[in-house]
Amino acid sequence: MRFRRSLFWCAAALLPLLACTQAIAQEDLLHTTSEPGIRGGKLVIAQRSEPRTFNPVVAVDQNSYGVNARLQADLIHINRATQKTEPALAKSWTVSKDGTQFTLKLRHGLRFSDGQPFDADDVLFSFKVYLDEQVHSSQRDLLIISGKPFKVEKLDAYTVRFTFPLPYAPAERVFDGLAILPRHLLEKDYQEGKIGQDWTLNTPPAQIAGLGAFRLKQVIPGDRIVLERNPYYWKIDGKGQRLPYLDELTFIAVPTQDAQVIRFQAGDSQIISGLSADNYATLETEQKARHFKLYDAGPGLEYNFLMFNLNSDTEGRLPEVARKQKWFRDVRFRQAVSAAIDRASIVRLVYRNRAAALATHVSPGNKAWFNSSIPVPVRSVSHARELLKAAGFSWRSDNTLVDSTGQPVEFTILVSSSNAQRGQMATLIQDDLKAIGMAAHVVPLEVRSANDRVLNSHDYDAIVMGLVSGDADPTPDMNILISNGQTHLWHMGEKTPATPWEAELDQLMQKQLVTLNYQQRKKIYDRVQEILAQELPMVYLASPNILVGANENLGNFHPAIIEQYTFWNADELFWHTPTGKQ
Amino acid sequence: MNPKNIFNNSGPLLRWGLQKAWAIWFLLAIHAVVMLAGFIAPYSFETQEREHPYAPPTRLHFVDCSGKFHFRPFVYVTKAAENAPDEYRQDCSQPARIEFFPQGDGYTILRMFSSTRHLFGVQSPASLFLMGTDGFGRDQFSRLLYGGQVSLFAGFVAAAFSAITGLLLGGIAGMYGGRVDDAAMRFAEVFITIPWFYLLIAVRAFLPLQISPVTAFLLVVSVIGIVGWSRPARLVRGVILSARERNFVLAARGFGASNAYLLRRHLMPLTFRVLLTQMAVLIPQFILAEVILSFLGLGIGEPFPSWGNMLAQAQQYHVLVSYWWMLLPGLAPVPVFLAYHSLAETLQERIKSNI
Repeated sequence: MRFRRSLFWCAAALLPLLACTQAIAQEDLLHTTSEPGIRGGKLVIAQRSEPRTFNPVVAVDQNSYGVNARLQADLIHINRATQKTEPALAKSWTVSKDGTQFTLKLRHGLRFSDGQPFDADDVLFSFKVYLDEQVHSSQRDLLIISGKPFKVEKLDAYTVRFTFPLPYAPAERVFDGLAILPRHLLEKDYQEGKIGQDWTLNTPPAQIAGLGAFRLKQVIPGDRIVLERNPYYWKIDGKGQRLPYLDELTFIAVPTQDAQVIRFQAGDSQIISGLSADNYATLETEQKARHFKLYDAGPGLEYNFLMFNLNSDTEGRLPEVARKQKWFRDVRFRQAVSAAIDRASIVRLVYRNRAAALATHVSPGNKAWFNSSIPVPVRSVSHARELLKAAGFSWRSDNTLVDSTGQPVEFTILVSSSNAQRGQMATLIQDDLKAIGMAAHVVPLEVRSANDRVLNSHDYDAIVMGLVSGDADPTPDMNILISNGQTHLWHMGEKTPATPWEAELDQLMQKQLVTLNYQQRKKIYDRVQEILAQELPMVYLASPNILVGANENLGNFHPAIIEQYTFWNADELFWHTPTGKQ
Repeated sequence: MNPKNIFNNSGPLLRWGLQKAWAIWFLLAIHAVVMLAGFIAPYSFETQEREHPYAPPTRLHFVDCSGKFHFRPFVYVTKAAENAPDEYRQDCSQPARIEFFPQGDGYTILRMFSSTRHLFGVQSPASLFLMGTDGFGRDQFSRLLYGGQVSLFAGFVAAAFSAITGLLLGGIAGMYGGRVDDAAMRFAEVFITIPWFYLLIAVRAFLPLQISPVTAFLLVVSVIGIVGWSRPARLVRGVILSARERNFVLAARGFGASNAYLLRRHLMPLTFRVLLTQMAVLIPQFILAEVILSFLGLGIGEPFPSWGNMLAQAQQYHVLVSYWWMLLPGLAPVPVFLAYHSLAETLQERIKSNI
C-alpha cells in the first residue's frame, strides 16, 4: 500500500516534467553545432543609421536588414561562414528531377515571438505578400524567373511546394532573407492594402512579432533599438540550452566609421565591422590594452573598378563625351589602361596590403566561383604603349598621348567624394596613366550626383566605383552583366547586345541560371570571367579584406565575408566570462 | 591729399617702426617663397614616392652613427619595415649629404622660366621630406609651398575682384546719389544677404566636368570675390559722399569738370586708403574661404595641392591620431593671417592719424 502511494506521488511529481519534455519533443528544434555558450549579458552594435522600418516586406536599406534579420527567420538560410545553404524553418526539402519543384517540410510546433503558432499558412501568406505587385516589395524581383512568378502550394499544415517556371540553379539561395510573416498579425492590414505602412519605428513593440532569435523591446528614435531574447526561438545547442544566449541586443546609430571606431575604443559598442585598413592599423596597437580582438576575414565580395562610358546615346547630345568614346570603345585602349595601372600599389597604399588585386569582378574570397586561372595584370608601361601604338595612338615630344587625329588623350575620372579609398585609387591611377601620356583629371562628386551621371544622364568619361555582391552565387551579377540588365553600368538601356562578346555574356549568364550541376555551372561562369578579363568593360582593381573587431570575451564570433559580417550568427554569440557580460 | 603718395606722406616704411613693418616684409617674403616654390621645393607637388607613404619628417644629421661630427648636414636612407609599413628605419650605411642646386623634377616659375635645378635636395635613393609625406609618398613640404600658390593667390585675386567692383559701383553710387545710389545700395544689400557658402557649393556643382581643376578653381574664386564686393562698395560710397562736397571738388566742378573727370581725378584716389585697408582684411578672409572649400572637397582637385585640400586628409581619424605632420598645413595660414591683420591695423591707424 505504502509502495503504491509512493509510486503515485512519484508519478504526480514527474508528470509536469514529462509534459514539458513532450512539449520540447513536439517542437522540431534545430540543434546547432556551435560551441555551447553561457546565457546572459547584453551586446551593443553600432550601425551607420537607425533602421527605416521593421517591416521586412518594404525594407530596402542595410540597417533595416541588419535588425530585421534578428527579428525574423527564413525557410532556408545561407550560412555566412560556409557560404552554403542550411535548413532553417524548413527542416528538409526535396527537389524534383527536372529541378523545377521544391517540396519543403516545415518544423513542427514552432511559435512566433508573441506565442502564436507557426504553420504552412504563414508561409503561403508571406509569399502571397511578396509576390503581390501592389505591395511593391523589393523581394518580388527575386521570385520572378524569366518574367514568371513561382507558385506556392500547401500540401499539408507543415509541407509546402514551390514550383519554378523553369529549372533554377540558385533556387535554394533565394529563400535566404525572405522573412516568414505572422499571418495572424498582418493579414487584415494586407487585405485592406495597408501592409506597407505596418511595423514602422512608431509601432508599439508588442505589435511586432517574428520567428527570429530576438524580439523588439524598445525604440528610442535617433538613438537606439533594443531587442530582447525570443523565448520561443527554435534552436538549441549541444547542451540542450535554447538559443539565443544574449538577453539583449542593442543597435546604436553612429553615422561615420571614424565615430564608430571611437565608440568601439571607448567600449560603447562591442562589435565593429567594415573597418578600413587604416582604422584597422590604428586599432591594432590597442588590442590588448582595450580587450578587443581584430579579425581579417580575407577578401570580401566588394570589387572596385575603373569604368569607361560606353553608352550609345551620347552622340549629338554630349559631343565631347562621344568624341572620347571612340577611344574608350577600342578594347586595346582599355587593355592599355589596365596594363598601366599599378594594382600592387593600390593594394599596398590604399589598403595596407589588406586587399586582393583583381582581374575580374569575382574576388578570391568567393571560393566557389573564383577563376584562379586568370592572372591579375601586372603593371607594364611598355605593354600599354604597344597596345596604344597598335590602336593608332602616338606620342608628342613631351610624352602627351594623341589619337590618330592629333587630339591629346585627356579625360575626367569621377569619384565619390565620400569614399576616401576610391579617391586614393583615382589619384594613383591618374599618376599611373601620366606615364603613358594620358591626362586624367580626378573629379570628386557627391555620391548621388556621380550615380546620376552613370545611371541617367551618362555625362561622364570614366568613373572609379565599387560594388558589393549580395551573395557569393553568380545570380546577383545578372543585372550588371547581361546587356538588358537594369544596372548594366557601362552601357545602360542596351536593348540588344552591342558587341559579340556581350552577346556571349548574355548567353552564358542565362545558361548558368538553369544549369543545376555545379561543375558545369562553374565552367560557364569561368568563361564569363575570361571574357570580362579580356574585354574589360570594367577595369577591375582591388577587393578589400573584410576587417572587423569584437570584444575578446565574445564567444562564437565568426566574421564572414557576406553581409552582416559580424553578427550574422547573433543567436549563437555569448559572453565567455561573467566579467565580459555587458 | 594725393593717395598715390600715401607712403610718402606718412614717411618711409621704417618710420612706422620695425614692429609694424614686419607684416609687410613677412608677406613679401612668403609670397616670394611660394612664387619660387618650384625652385625652393626639393620635389614636384605630384611626385609620388610610393615606397614612403606617411613617412615622418626626415631627420637632418650633423653627427653620424659612429659619433663623427660633419659640418654639412646629411640624411640617411630610410626604408619601411617589412611588417609595419608605418615604421621607417634609417640605414646608417647609406648617408646622403644635403646638396645645393641639385638636378631634380622639372618646374616652371610664372609660366616663364623652366628648370630642373632646385635650391637643395639629396641624391636618390635617399629622400628629403622636411615635413614628412602623405599617403602617396608625396613630400608635404613641397606641396605646402605649391599649395601656398593656390591659397594665397586665391585670396589676392578674390580681394582684387571685390575691391575693383566695390570701387566702381560705390563710386558711381556716391557720385550720382539719388535713385542711382538707392539702386546700387539695395543691390549691394542683396549680395550681403546671399549665403555665399551655399552659393559656392551650387556653382561648383554646376560647373562642367571637362574644365581643368585650375579653371574650375578660378571660377570659384571669382564667385567669392564678386559676392564680397558689397562691403567695399558701401565704404567707397561713404568716402565719395563726403568728399564730393569738399572745396577742391566744388572748385573743379566750378571750372566745368565732368562727373567722370571728378571721379577719376579727385574722388577715387581718396578711396584708395580705405580700399587698401579693406583688401588687407578681405585677403585673409578669402584665403580662409578657399581653405574651407578645399577642405570640404569643393576647391582645387587632385593632384594640385592647396592648404585646404592638404588639411582635408586629416579629416580621417587614423591620419588625425597617427601622423602629426599631416596637420602642419593647418598652421600655415596662421602667420599669414596675423600679418595681414597687422597690416590692416597699421593702415587703419594711418588713416585715423591723417584724419
